[in-house]
Amino acid sequence: MRSIVTVIGKDTVGIIASVCAILAAEGVNILDISQTVLQDYFTMIMIVDTAECRISFAELSDKLRAEGEKKSLDIRIQREDIFEAMHRI
Amino acid sequence: MITQSEIMQTIDMLSHQHLDVRTITMGISIRDCASDDPKVCCDKIYDKITKAARNLVRTGEDIEREFGIPIVNKRISVTPVAIACESAKTEDFAIFARTLDRAAKEVGVNFLGGFSALVQKGFTSGDRRLIASIPEALSTTDLVCSSVNVGSTRAGINMDAVKMMGETIKTAADMSGGMACAKLVVFCNAVEDNPFMAGAFHGVGEPECCINVGVSGPGVVSSALKAVRGQPLNVVAETVKKTAFRITRMGELVAQEASKRLGVPFGIVDLSLAPTPAIGDSVADILEEMGLESVGAPGTTAALALLNDAVKKGGVMASSNVGGLSGAFIPVSEDAGMIRAAESGKLTIEKLEAMTCVCSVGLDMIAVPGDTTAAQISGIIADEAAIGMVNNKTTAVRVIPVPGKGVGERVDFGGLLGTAPIMPVNANSPAEFIARAGRIPAPLHSLRN
Repeated sequence: MRSIVTVIGKDTVGIIASVCAILAAEGVNILDISQTVLQDYFTMIMIVDTAECRISFAELSDKLRAEGEKKSLDIRIQREDIFEAMHRI
Repeated sequence: MITQSEIMQTIDMLSHQHLDVRTITMGISIRDCASDDPKVCCDKIYDKITKAARNLVRTGEDIEREFGIPIVNKRISVTPVAIACESAKTEDFAIFARTLDRAAKEVGVNFLGGFSALVQKGFTSGDRRLIASIPEALSTTDLVCSSVNVGSTRAGINMDAVKMMGETIKTAADMSGGMACAKLVVFCNAVEDNPFMAGAFHGVGEPECCINVGVSGPGVVSSALKAVRGQPLNVVAETVKKTAFRITRMGELVAQEASKRLGVPFGIVDLSLAPTPAIGDSVADILEEMGLESVGAPGTTAALALLNDAVKKGGVMASSNVGGLSGAFIPVSEDAGMIRAAESGKLTIEKLEAMTCVCSVGLDMIAVPGDTTAAQISGIIADEAAIGMVNNKTTAVRVIPVPGKGVGERVDFGGLLGTAPIMPVNANSPAEFIARAGRIPAPLHSLRN
């Protein structure tokens, strides 16, 4: 199952590393990653495969959110279907 | 492949523009719960609801997390109680409301609708007993919502019922400080698959059980319109359509997913723009974004007509089954922009009445002085029902006469129901007109002008 991880907030050292560490620890494979920094504002979008994830989607979502709160970032994971539904016929 | 800008657009809608699914409503038939023993009837209803909806809230929360879409309410609608419980040998229908309340609390839903009667052409004994029990039912329960359909385009308006509902609203207000009236709607042309409260019930033509979803998103529409400021109104309509399409696609996805996970057929998506008291989640803001100094200004009805129609056109293509009320709601207490306009006297009940000719429902969540008479409330109901009957649309009245309060004061309902300024009602009495009772015949469908 493909999902989208988005990370938005002020740029600091090690954002990608910390998100990737959580994903790797739970067996989530990263398929694609892109990031931009505009005026210190960091935006990262990852496409990940959660098929082999060792914890439930809800737990993974909570872990990422908690990591985001520690670093004052908005970190979300959402199933890809929602974006497909809204933007593709 | 979804582009980065599309992903960011969705995230922006969810995090800054209050995009949400307002409700997943499970419609449950309780037609098979009839019994002449009221206790048996109550037990059957309780068992049926708690069994059918036991996973509703958890499933809603799972979907919320996986898709990252807030689902604000999980609700239940049931067969109108006047029909399902008619054979019970009791005058006291409030016991059924308390059973519904207990079942709703057990499964953890936010509201349960269906303490209802359909009396557009006349009353059965169950209808009369139900209506007589409404004040007590709504004053002694927390989550139960009630509705009564008093007219339709085909049947005309049952003015006996209009008279009765004016009195019922007054009694309910006196028993509850007004709060009960926030859970009571009087309809003309009520729809059978509406997922929104307080008017939701599971119609007799509906299946055993189904999932109806109500989408929302006034904030998203208003943000989209900021990008086309000053452009012609056809551009505004196109922008609303495209936005409504996206919002509804999200609702469709949630509805299909909920239906699959619960093993219950998908009913409809209701494409309504339902505001909340939060800043930036207002239908009034959309109308003002179109260029009105304040909602209530001349031009408000035209702007609302454009909005309501464009929402439907955009949404219809996005869902396999569209139904419910579908359009723009204009509840006063639940919309920060409407509250602002009502408080400053820029928006009156008369203007709201005109707006209901083109919005999705009717006079909604309007607080009026405590000394408003039952006849005046019946007059408001009759006017609104006439608009619905003649124009072949659903209209409704949810007014709250607040005991002990007058124009200029406020009343706070809490949560999604918001805060309402008390609005003045035309002081002239319709008492003799209302006292005539009887029926207003159904309108002619030719010679339309």
